[in-house]
Amino acid sequence: MTNSTVALSRPAAHWRHPALTRHAPVIVVVLALIAVWYVAAVLMNIGLVRDAFQRQEIHYTIGDLISASLNAKRPLLPAPHQILATFAVDVFGWPVTSPRSLVYHSWVTLSATFVGFLIGAAFGIVLAVLIVHLRTLQKSLLPWIIGSQMVPILAVAPIVIVVLGSIGLRGLLPKSIISAYLSFFPVTIGMVKGLNSPDPIQRDLMRTWSATPAQIFWKLRWPSAVPFLFASLKVSVTISLIGAIVGELPTGAQAGIGARLLAGSYYGQTVQIWAALLAASLLAAGLVGLVGLTERLVQRRMGAQP
Amino acid sequence: MTSGVPLWTSPGNGGAARASVRPDALLHGAQSMHEPAAVLTRANVAATRNAAVDVRDLSLTFATADGAVEALSGVNLQIAEGEFVSFIGPSGCGKTTLLRLIADLERPTAGALTVNGVSAEEARLNRAYGYVFQAPALYPWRSIEKNVMLPLEIMGFSKTERRERAGRYLALVNLSGFERKFPWQLSGGMQQRVSIARALSFDPALLLMDEPFGALDEISRDHLNEQLLRLWDKTNKTVVFVTHSIPEAVFLSTKVVVMSPRPGRIIDVIDCDFPRDRTLEIRDTPEFIKVAHRVRMGLRSGHSYDE
Repeated sequence: MTNSTVALSRPAAHWRHPALTRHAPVIVVVLALIAVWYVAAVLMNIGLVRDAFQRQEIHYTIGDLISASLNAKRPLLPAPHQILATFAVDVFGWPVTSPRSLVYHSWVTLSATFVGFLIGAAFGIVLAVLIVHLRTLQKSLLPWIIGSQMVPILAVAPIVIVVLGSIGLRGLLPKSIISAYLSFFPVTIGMVKGLNSPDPIQRDLMRTWSATPAQIFWKLRWPSAVPFLFASLKVSVTISLIGAIVGELPTGAQAGIGARLLAGSYYGQTVQIWAALLAASLLAAGLVGLVGLTERLVQRRMGAQP
Repeated sequence: MTSGVPLWTSPGNGGAARASVRPDALLHGAQSMHEPAAVLTRANVAATRNAAVDVRDLSLTFATADGAVEALSGVNLQIAEGEFVSFIGPSGCGKTTLLRLIADLERPTAGALTVNGVSAEEARLNRAYGYVFQAPALYPWRSIEKNVMLPLEIMGFSKTERRERAGRYLALVNLSGFERKFPWQLSGGMQQRVSIARALSFDPALLLMDEPFGALDEISRDHLNEQLLRLWDKTNKTVVFVTHSIPEAVFLSTKVVVMSPRPGRIIDVIDCDFPRDRTLEIRDTPEFIKVAHRVRMGLRSGHSYDE
């Protein structure tokens, strides 16, 4: 009896491995998405493939159709394995300085993102500090800030690029400015909230000690705003990336993930587009992860409850 | 503060006399900030009973959406140096408001108010008082030691002085060894003791406390009450204490101020002549019960039941 219990419980214990149980929900969702993707790829590409077979008067079976629709050269929707294969070749198949390398393009976009993010975050914080301290600014400035984000960036981006180009600014900076234009907004909104977050007793304490406005800012308002700052920066950094990519589209830039997307759509290279999109999402995940890591380090120094 | 202080604040002195010696009093107020309070003995405190707080015909009316609310109306009160005075009354009687007026966290609409012989605002700018709020309100990103050092940083004390004082006052509230901890690692009672150490850290002559133990359980409250009395006895500070507990008020105070709402006003001032080194046991003595009874009667008479 004991023997049979052991025999029965062994596979069950295997399934309950902590690493597996922790990641099980993620794994299930990813597998389900991939399955749906494969089905969708077949359904979307099968018409094209059938037409091609019929034109060439080739005899085909259902199996041929399915395998051909998952390996078409210019599919409507490439299958995941095609994207991964192209991605691997684009990333590892060329020296990183080659214009055919996805690493090269990613770096071009990433450098514009970094500059844009820094400008945007700094500008966002400065605006928030002004808004919090000057009541008139809150009324006069905030509608313009919100309005600025209602303009479709795809319409503004070419204007910015052309105007800056006419005064001799090309390359990284115009892209960074578009990136900053998008990314300052969440920082401003988050920091206004954060700088106003100290509760009345904490402010009254400062008053009982006759603290100067500068002391109130550095010793109370700023530390109180730090959690809000990091929440905003996480949103802001992904928007920075989008801004940099959008900034590469209107000029038909020679390099960058945006240029890669554009080239892919000119030549109907759908697999290349998807590989570039994969690179963009990996970059975004990396950037958010970096902000998250900084957040954890800062919060540990600020005595956060683990 | 110890000698040569004009005796103009003895009860009955007119407002004009008070006004004439203001600059002198201001000077003394400034000196006393850095003077070790332990120099004062019980005897010379009794000899130099200056008014730490002098309130004359004070009124405060808040303008709200549904009309004016009279938070305080015609309040008169003198608190001498070294006294322990409690404000007691039901919610809405203006006891916290009166404390906030003394601290210059609110401005009166009528009447006169001096703290250490100068206006409340001047006293605040002189850093004449330490304030303990209902909640500990520690800054969560600062360690316990750095929380106590915060007012010292703001007031420009040197780094060694800050560290030395933080250690001294944390020891005074029995929290040595907790310097590196963060507020969330301490219980509510310990946090409130940190906030008391913080209020004392710059050695103000006046300690304003707004229901500091209101959120604590009975046992911690008794314990902290005793500790607070020891501290008051040791440092000879003037304490103004807001509470809604009759035993707490009678046990701690040299004077209990009974207040009543709508409009907020003082209805009775009761002296408690228990020895300064009293212990919790006195709460069972007939004298204590008699004073507590008088406070209760005062509260009852001030309360209108017909609303």
